[in-house]
Amino acid sequence: MRDLLSRSLQATIIFLVVGGILALAFGGYFSSASNWFTGMIVDTQSWFSTRYLAIQDFLAAPRDVTSLRQRNAELESEVAALRAQVIELSERASQVNTLAALVDYSRANPESSYIAADVIGRDPSPFLHYIIINRGSNDGILRGMPVVTDQGLVGRVDAVIADAARIQLITDPLSAVNVRLQNSEVEAVLSGSITGDLSLNLIPQDVTLEDGDLVLTSGLGGGYPTDLIIGQVINIRKREADLFQQASVQPVVDFSRLSIVLVITNFRPVNIEPLIPAVTP
Amino acid sequence: MRHLAAFPILALAVILQSAIVSRISLLSGYADLVLVIVIGWALQEGVTTAWHWAVLAGAMTAVVTSLPWVVPLAGFLIAVLLAQALQKRIWQAPLIGMFTVTFAASLFSHLLSFVVINLSGASIPFSDTFSLVTLPSVLLNLLLAIPVFWLMRDLAQWVHPIEEEE
Repeated sequence: MRDLLSRSLQATIIFLVVGGILALAFGGYFSSASNWFTGMIVDTQSWFSTRYLAIQDFLAAPRDVTSLRQRNAELESEVAALRAQVIELSERASQVNTLAALVDYSRANPESSYIAADVIGRDPSPFLHYIIINRGSNDGILRGMPVVTDQGLVGRVDAVIADAARIQLITDPLSAVNVRLQNSEVEAVLSGSITGDLSLNLIPQDVTLEDGDLVLTSGLGGGYPTDLIIGQVINIRKREADLFQQASVQPVVDFSRLSIVLVITNFRPVNIEPLIPAVTP
Repeated sequence: MRHLAAFPILALAVILQSAIVSRISLLSGYADLVLVIVIGWALQEGVTTAWHWAVLAGAMTAVVTSLPWVVPLAGFLIAVLLAQALQKRIWQAPLIGMFTVTFAASLFSHLLSFVVINLSGASIPFSDTFSLVTLPSVLLNLLLAIPVFWLMRDLAQWVHPIEEEE
């Protein structure tokens, strides 16, 4: 009985002591001691934690590098695919822009009917300025038909096969186009050259030319329709000793970047050669 | 049968020439891939079909170009003639032969084109033609000559395998 009482007393005393200590702690009386204790625990835990994480990183690193490399390769491959997609889309956007411009041009000039064609090649000889398009006699293309872009005159059909045609550009050295200057209503002959430069010839000396004069087809000779834009006068060469003056023309069409062209299909060139009197010696 | 490789190879060369090479210009000139291929083929040891290649290349190029068919054909034939004449003399230095024939055949081909175009009615100045068209074209042909020569060498070894002595 005495043992039982002494055990109960011991337990009560222990509870009271512990409870008292807790009450004093919650009451803020042990703050400095509890701060020191807590700080020590936190520091110790941090020390262990840091070392553990370092060891974990060290042990897990090779696996992570492998997975990172794999992920990096995946991302690089994705970037490459996206870049290819961007190039393809920008190419399509460029094509759509070109086609839209061509559609606008055909709407603005409803008197003509057109067939659009892709430029698929150029003449192998650097002496000649010809392009090859992917439309031919199966599409109604005939020799002599004029070829334009939304910007202006390109040339005319020189030869046709079933599914392709060869176009002589107006920059070809053997090309000659009858033109007129919009401002002065003067007629002249536009010639190509081996370098692709355009020049106006046979302009009378009494005509006043100005830089920026617009050059249009005159329709004379029956080779081209009238009023197709060719370019602007940029350099006038007038010498008193010459019979005619000359001028350089800046074409509106960029012949080095031709990708899509329009063939005017309702224009039939007129062959006037039989009407030209033969020169007799 | 391996000799028939000339057809697809030259057809591909003409297509590449028209679609790509003709768009890569230096000043106003560009390379002549078909001519360089014919020269590269003609300079290979053991090749017996160089003249066939020249005629075939001439015929295929004549389909695409607006020059008279005689011009490319004559250019290729002269190239083969030069190659075969030179091959016997400098057979130990085939690359020098390749460069020499490419240079000479390119000049001849351009001279022929120049004459024919002038006879056709266009008046093109010789100095401009030489400096803006011929010289850049010759330079590009010489640049093409090295890879084409090695490709033709591999092709020649495939078409004419060397028989091992027993």
